[in-house]
Amino acid sequence: MGRDVEGSRQARSRVPLGLWAAGLGLLLVASVTLAVTIGPADIRFDEVWASILSHLGIGANPLTDLRDGIVWELRLPRILTAAAVGAGLALSGAVMQAITRNPLADPYLLGLSSGASLGAVSVLLLGLAVLLPLAAFLGSMLALGLTLLLASSLGRITPTRTVLAGLAVSALASAITSLVIFWAVTGDSYREILGWLLGSLAGARWPAVAISFGAILIAGVPIMLTGKLLDAFAFGDVSASSLGVNVSATRWGLLGASALLTGAMVSVSGSIGFVGLVLPHAVRLLVGSGHRALLPLSALVGGIFLVWADTLARTVFDPRELPVGIVTAIIGAPVFAVLLARRRGLT
Amino acid sequence: MSGLEGSRITVSAGGALLIDGVSVEAPDGTLTALIGPNGAGKSTLLRALAAVQRPREGSVRFDGDDLLGMPRRQRARLAALVEQDAATDLAMPVTSVVELGRLPHQSLWAVDPADTIVTGALDAVGMSDFAARDFGTLSGGERQRVMLARALAQQPRLLLLDEPTNHLDIGAQLAVLGLLRTLAGDGMTVVAALHDLGLAATYADNVIVLRAGRVVAAGPTVDTLTPELIREVYGVEAVVLHNPVTGRPVIALSPLGWRRGAQMTSTSSTAPSRARPATTSASIRRPPKLSPG
Repeated sequence: MGRDVEGSRQARSRVPLGLWAAGLGLLLVASVTLAVTIGPADIRFDEVWASILSHLGIGANPLTDLRDGIVWELRLPRILTAAAVGAGLALSGAVMQAITRNPLADPYLLGLSSGASLGAVSVLLLGLAVLLPLAAFLGSMLALGLTLLLASSLGRITPTRTVLAGLAVSALASAITSLVIFWAVTGDSYREILGWLLGSLAGARWPAVAISFGAILIAGVPIMLTGKLLDAFAFGDVSASSLGVNVSATRWGLLGASALLTGAMVSVSGSIGFVGLVLPHAVRLLVGSGHRALLPLSALVGGIFLVWADTLARTVFDPRELPVGIVTAIIGAPVFAVLLARRRGLT
Repeated sequence: MSGLEGSRITVSAGGALLIDGVSVEAPDGTLTALIGPNGAGKSTLLRALAAVQRPREGSVRFDGDDLLGMPRRQRARLAALVEQDAATDLAMPVTSVVELGRLPHQSLWAVDPADTIVTGALDAVGMSDFAARDFGTLSGGERQRVMLARALAQQPRLLLLDEPTNHLDIGAQLAVLGLLRTLAGDGMTVVAALHDLGLAATYADNVIVLRAGRVVAAGPTVDTLTPELIREVYGVEAVVLHNPVTGRPVIALSPLGWRRGAQMTSTSSTAPSRARPATTSASIRRPPKLSPG
């Protein structure tokens, strides 16, 4: 790795965390409002804000009921959910990469997404779509539990054993999901299920906003405050321990919190790939590897990214809609390849 | 007793007994060298003394306080450990690495740069010019010194080091040991595992000799590092000389059975593999104006 490249990366990281956070925060708010204006019904930027403010009890609403419904009942909750899900997945990915010391780790590493898929597909087939978030969440937690059970039955739980156990549980849950789909799914429900499996925000309304933002508040914010602790792991467990860090409590606490976060996100959106894998690496290029900056900035960048990916998903082939997971994969895979090429030290 | 006192420490891992009822002492304000062949248990003992690897039995006290029983953060303010061959796969600037040493002194979310302590620590190890460099781009010796700076940023009273002169050229080895001597002179208790008997003889107040997880000798360097002991522990011939520059002992080593004028090839093949291939000692080279103590 060239030393002058390192030098320039160093210069870039001199921009203080507060400035990055403020800039990206503004960009996120602007992205959300701008994304609300985009779509078949022509709604201006200022109208969006007027509508939002009037719903918060400030000023009069300039929009007709129909157009206000598009803003307030359809687009805004969907876009806010996209922001929260993107933030949660990117944050969770950054944490998973840190605690497993595996740059290829993503939020679904421990079987969470395949467990959620199995839960979701089961209730969709039973015609209980209202229970979908709950079933997906329970499915992901069940998969996590199985993963940890399997890992602990191999002896002392280590990050590597946990990842391998996650692979096994993932494979099993995916196989059962495929079996269920193969035997039971017919006609229209096939498209519905496939859409969910690929990750989609089409159904996100205010309950999804509540779930995803609730998860950010309950699990995401505490995770973001542990950056310094994760930095202490940079030189391994012994080193972290000699700096006064409770290694196992920190590791399993963070793992549990990010699994909860991921489970909540999967329950409202299906498993959207690449956000949690790629974005933390992109943020590292901007600000370096220090987790105190990496965690909050990954969350902000993740939010911005998924807002725009979802906007693409619903507009590119309008009136047909793509599952957003396809968009994130189409953008994410080449970006990941470029990052790999630029950051050869990654592997 | 003031200083470090480990008693009847037993460490086992995976069914193997690594440290077998070892008792060690290192008084305040001294530099103690932990020596012994590969696999003697030096690293394990250091980790046990730092309480990062829990001994199965035994106690570790520092100035009378129980190191194993005290809260982690309090312990990290008291004792610092410099590991061997520190490496990270993260791209981290040197300053950030040294700032990690401030962790036990800071609250988790406070932004407390503590710049003077961090820059002071970098200064002490002669790495100030490298502050902005990425840790991964440093040479082995430079990394070693940065990790020492990180330990100094913890402002410990007990400093434990595992092979701190590994990867360093001769000048840097002497500089690091000179620094450890200065720290000990300022009252810090320093315990360093050393491979090089010459360095131990030149710089250490006391030595602890480990073999196969047990202490075979311990005490003041001059009295302990005898030719008989070295022959017994390392299986090599040793002559203890006097360095007129430092006033310290110099240890000249040779394989067992070496005769003047004999060919290397005939003796080195029968010598134990850990023996040095020729009669050399780092201390034979005159140290560059760096006298211990």
